[in-house]
Amino acid sequence: MIINHPILGPRDFQEFTYLGDASLIDRPDWQADNAADQFHDYLYLRDNPAGEHRELWFHEQGDRSWLVVTRNTVTHEILNVELARDVARARGRSK
Amino acid sequence: MTDAVMNAGRVAFQADGSTGARKGVQVNRLDGGLIKGGKPLNFTFDGKRFKGFEGDTLASALLANGVRLMGRSFKYHRPRGVLTSGSEEPNALVELRSGGRQEPNTRATVAELYDGLEANSQNRWPSLQHDFMAINDRFSNFLTAGFYYKTFMWPAAFWEKLYEPIIRKAAGLGSISFEADPDAYDKGFLHCDLLVIGAGPTGLMAALTAGRAGAQVIIADEDFLLGGRLNAETFGIGDLTGAAWVEQAQAELASMPNVRVMPRTTIIGAFDHGIYGAVERVSDHVLAPEAGKPRQILWRIYSKRAMLAAGATERPIAFENNDRPGVMLAGAVRAYANRWAVTPDQTVAVFTNNDDGHRTAADLIAKGVKVTAVIDTRAAAPKVEGAELFAGAQVVDTKGRLGLEWARVRLASGTTRDVPCGALAVSGGWNPNVHLTCHQRGRPAWREDIAAFVPAGDLPQHMSVAGAANGDFSTAAALRAGAEGAVAALSELGIEAKISDLPEAEDAPINVTPFWYVKEGKGRAWLDQQNDVTVKDVKLAHQENFRSVEHLKRYTTLGMATDQGKTSNMGGLAIMAELAGKQIPEVGTTMFRPPYTPVSFGVMAGRSVGEDFRPTRKTPSHKWAEEQGAVFVEVGQWLRAQWFPRAGETHWRQSVDREVLQTRNSVGICDVTTLGKIDVQGKDAAEFLNKMYANAFAKLPVGKVRYGLMLREDGIAYDDGTAARFAEDHFVVTTTTANAVLVYRNMEFARQCLFPDMDVQLISTTEAWAQFAVAGPNARKLLQKVVDPEFDISNEAFPFMGCGEITVAGGCRARLFRISFSGELAYEIAVPTRYGDAMIRKLMEAGEEFGAVPYGTEALGVMRIEKGHAAGNELNGTTSALNLGMGGMVSKKKDCIGNTLSEREGMNREDALKLVGFKPVNAADPVQAGAHLMNASGEVSAATDQGYITSAAYSPVLGCSIGIGFLKRGDSRKGEVIRAVNPLEGREIQVEVVSAHFVDPEGERLRG
Repeated sequence: MIINHPILGPRDFQEFTYLGDASLIDRPDWQADNAADQFHDYLYLRDNPAGEHRELWFHEQGDRSWLVVTRNTVTHEILNVELARDVARARGRSK
Repeated sequence: MTDAVMNAGRVAFQADGSTGARKGVQVNRLDGGLIKGGKPLNFTFDGKRFKGFEGDTLASALLANGVRLMGRSFKYHRPRGVLTSGSEEPNALVELRSGGRQEPNTRATVAELYDGLEANSQNRWPSLQHDFMAINDRFSNFLTAGFYYKTFMWPAAFWEKLYEPIIRKAAGLGSISFEADPDAYDKGFLHCDLLVIGAGPTGLMAALTAGRAGAQVIIADEDFLLGGRLNAETFGIGDLTGAAWVEQAQAELASMPNVRVMPRTTIIGAFDHGIYGAVERVSDHVLAPEAGKPRQILWRIYSKRAMLAAGATERPIAFENNDRPGVMLAGAVRAYANRWAVTPDQTVAVFTNNDDGHRTAADLIAKGVKVTAVIDTRAAAPKVEGAELFAGAQVVDTKGRLGLEWARVRLASGTTRDVPCGALAVSGGWNPNVHLTCHQRGRPAWREDIAAFVPAGDLPQHMSVAGAANGDFSTAAALRAGAEGAVAALSELGIEAKISDLPEAEDAPINVTPFWYVKEGKGRAWLDQQNDVTVKDVKLAHQENFRSVEHLKRYTTLGMATDQGKTSNMGGLAIMAELAGKQIPEVGTTMFRPPYTPVSFGVMAGRSVGEDFRPTRKTPSHKWAEEQGAVFVEVGQWLRAQWFPRAGETHWRQSVDREVLQTRNSVGICDVTTLGKIDVQGKDAAEFLNKMYANAFAKLPVGKVRYGLMLREDGIAYDDGTAARFAEDHFVVTTTTANAVLVYRNMEFARQCLFPDMDVQLISTTEAWAQFAVAGPNARKLLQKVVDPEFDISNEAFPFMGCGEITVAGGCRARLFRISFSGELAYEIAVPTRYGDAMIRKLMEAGEEFGAVPYGTEALGVMRIEKGHAAGNELNGTTSALNLGMGGMVSKKKDCIGNTLSEREGMNREDALKLVGFKPVNAADPVQAGAHLMNASGEVSAATDQGYITSAAYSPVLGCSIGIGFLKRGDSRKGEVIRAVNPLEGREIQVEVVSAHFVDPEGERLRG
C-alpha cells in the first residue's frame, strides 16, 4: 500500500506502524460522572467495518507524524490522509 | 500391430532422420530454430554427459538427446517426461546444481542451459529407470483422493510419529543439501508510469507505444528471450519473421532511456496500489554468479499503470494413460521444433479439439518430422496436408513402458486404430493467464467462444489486460490490444501516446469445441500430473459430496502443487461441472494467489540472513568489552555484555557472583546505554509527563530525578524508568531497553492526538548518549577522579536522586544522575556516544585502585532481584501498580494514561497479587522462576493457586537462591511458609515469604 502523507507525499506503508481506529483520539474526560464506562467503551468497543475505516498510522520510519488514514478495508483504497493533530484539534482536543 | 513392430518402425525412422551437421548425438535435433550460432554446451543429467546449445533449456536439450523420461511422479512414482515448454511445467522437475547451490524442484523447461550444468532426477530410488517406489502404482486403487485421511485415522498417536514420516518419505519431490547457499540475493525498488507484464507481441507493442510517447516504462518477461509465442510460431509480422520483428522491437526499446527491459524477470504478484513483486534471475543461467553479482533480485515495482500481457497457457485433454513420457502439449511440441529445433521424437501424432493443434502438425511436417496422425475430436475437422486425419476421433489409451510407443484411437466409426508415435501433441484449447488479475480478489468470467475464463471487470487498481491474457488469441488482435491499451493507460496519466501503423499479422480464430476428457476406459486419466490427481479422483470427490471447487481442490489436491494447476484446474472444474449438471461458470474457479511461479526462500530473505538477519546494535563499550573477553547476550537488537569471565573461572556463576560481591563491596561498572532515552522539552513538558506517568511530575524540582511508572490505558503497568529535570522546560526520560520504541511511539501519540496544543517536543536520544552505571560504596570516590573538580558531587551537594550537567576528563560534556538499580550508592554518567569507548577506559582506569569490576546483565539482574526491583518479568502485561506494591503511587488528583481504568473493581480485589520475596526453607533448594505458589498444605491445582514466582537468582550476598513474585495478599503474609511447585519437572520446595528487598531494605546504602 502507498500512503499519501500530507507533508511528505506518497510513502510505502512499511514505513508506518498501524495502531487502529481513529476514535482513539476521542479520549474521554477523566472527571466525567461515568468516566469508567466511557473509558471502557473508548478502549474496548470498536467498529470493525468492511468498508471505509478511519484509522491511525504512525510514520515511525519517517517524520513521526501520526496520521488519520481513511481506508476501505475491503479494497485497501485510501480515500483521505490527514495529520492526526489537525483531526484532534478539529474534534476539540487541546491540552 | 505388436509393440515390436511399432518399435522397429520408430527406430528405423530415427535412423533416417539423424543426419545433419549440428546433430551429433543429439538424435532429435532439427534444423533452424533460434538457438543462435549454436555454441555447444556440456551438461550432465543423472551423471550422464550430454551436449546442447546456447539458447537451449534443460528440457529442450534433453529432448534433443532423445531423453523423454525426466522424473517420477509425486505419489505413484509413475515415469514422467516433459509436458510443456514453459513455467507451467508440472512434471519435469529436477535437482539443479549441487552442494550449497543445490536447488530442488526446478522446472527443466525454464532452466536455461549453461556449460557445466548439473541436473539430477528426483523422487526415485535407486534410479529413474528402476524406481523401487513405483510399487505404489500397483496399489493405485487404494491411493485415491482422501486415502490418507480415511486410512491413517487410528490410533491417532501414530500419525505424527509413524504414518506421516513414512508417507512424506515415499511421496515427495526433491531434496536439499542442508549446506549454506553461498550466493547473495538482493532486493530493489523500481518506479514507472507503465509496467508491461509479458513481452510477447502484445507487451512489446505496448512498450513500444508507451516508450515512443516518452513514458517511463518497465517491460518484464519470465523468459530469457523476449517475444513470447512469436518465438514458437512460424508466422511473421509484416514482412519480417516473428523473431526478426522481436529483435527489431527489442533494439528500439533498448535505444530508449525511458524504457527498462527486464528479461528473466517474473512478476510474481499484484499487490495494493499498483505495487508488483518481481523476481529477476540475474545469475541462474550461469554456473556461478559473477563476482559482485547476486543470484536473484526481488524487485518491488511501484507502477502508476500496469498492463497484463502474460499470454495464455495451453490445456491438455485427459485420457487413459495420458501421462507417459512423450505425451505433451501441442503448443509445446511446436515451440520445441520452431524455437529450439528439437522434436521430442521422430514420429509424432497430434490430438486436438481446435484448429491450433493443426499448426503443430503442419510445422512438424515442414521440418521433416513424420506426423503419423492428426486425431481431432471434431467431426468437422479441417483438412491436413501430409498426415492422416481422424476426425471425430479420440485417443483412448497409450502404451510404452518408460515412454510413449503408440496411442490407441477410437475412430468416428467406432473401431480402434493403434497409431505409432513417440510423442503425442495434445491440445485442449488455451486458457488466458488471468492469475495476476485475481491477486486482489478478482474473479474471472467465462467466455463461451474460446471456452475459457477471461479477466472480468474487478481487476487490481490501475491494471489493464490485453492480448491472449484477455482472450484475444490472434497475433493481429494482440498487437492492436497492446497499442490501444498503452494509449488508454497513458492518457489517464495525461501522457499522449499515438498508435503508429500496426504491422500485418495472422488473425485466425482458434475454433475450439470444448472437450475435456475421454470417457472411455477404466484406467487412470491424469488431470494434475504434479499431484497425481486423476479424473477418477474428481468423480470420487463428487460421489462423496464435495460440491464447492475449493473443497474439491483441497480433498483431491488438484491444483495444489507448485504449478498451482496451471495446466490442470480447468479440466477438473469442467468435469466437476459435468457431474453436478452445471455450467462451468456456475461452478467457478478456485482463487489464484501470489506467487505466480515458485519463489526461492533465498530471494525472499535477501541480505537478511545469518548475522544480518536483523540489525545488531552494539553498545559504546562493546569493543572494550570484547577486549575483556566478555560473554555477550542478545537483548532485542542489542548485544550486551552478560558477564566478564576472568582467568580461572570455569562456570558463569563464578564470574557473576564475583561481579556482584565486588560491586557491593567496592565498585562495579555497567554499560546501561541500551535503556531508552527521550528528551522532552517545552513549556508544558512537566504537565505532559504528568499525563504519561501514573505518579506526579509537575512539582519535581530542577536538578532532581524521579522514578516513574507508566500504565496502559487499561490500567496495567507496562514500563518504568526515570525522568530527570534539567530545567523548568527540559526533562530527560529513560525507559526500559525493551520498550524504548513503544514508549516513544505512545508519547508521540499522546502529544499529537490527545494533547495537540501542549507546548512540548520529543526526540529519542537513546543512541546519542553513552551511559554507564557506577555502583558500590566506592562509586563516589571513583567518580570524583573523573568528574572535573569544579563540580561538587559530595553527598550534600549531589544527594540521592540528584541530577546535573557536568563535565568530565577536562571539559567533556556529561550528565550525571544519582540513581541506583543495584541498591548501592550509585550514579549513572552519560557522555556523548562518541566518547563512550574513552569513558569506559577512563572509568576502569580510575577504578583500578578500588578493584573496580565491570559487570554484565547477569550481575545486574542478580542485584535488582536482591533489591526487589521490578523488571520485564514483573511488568509482564498482567500486573498493575497495585500488584507491584506501587498502588499508592497512582495519583488520584490528576489525569494520566491508565488511572481511570486502574480503579476498576476487578483490579483492586482484596486478595490481589502482591510483589514479595521468597527464600527457600532449605537453603540448598533452588528457587525457580515460573514456579507456582501453593499453600503449605492442601491440593496442588489451578483452583488453589496462590500466585507465581517471576524472577529468581542465586544471591551471593545471602548465600542461597532467592526469588521475587506475586502472591495473593502477599504483603500480609510475610513469614509464612508455602510451597513453590513446578509440576512440569515434578519439583516442589518450601519457601518462606519475605520482603522483596533482600538487601538493605532501609535503603541506607544508596543514600550514603
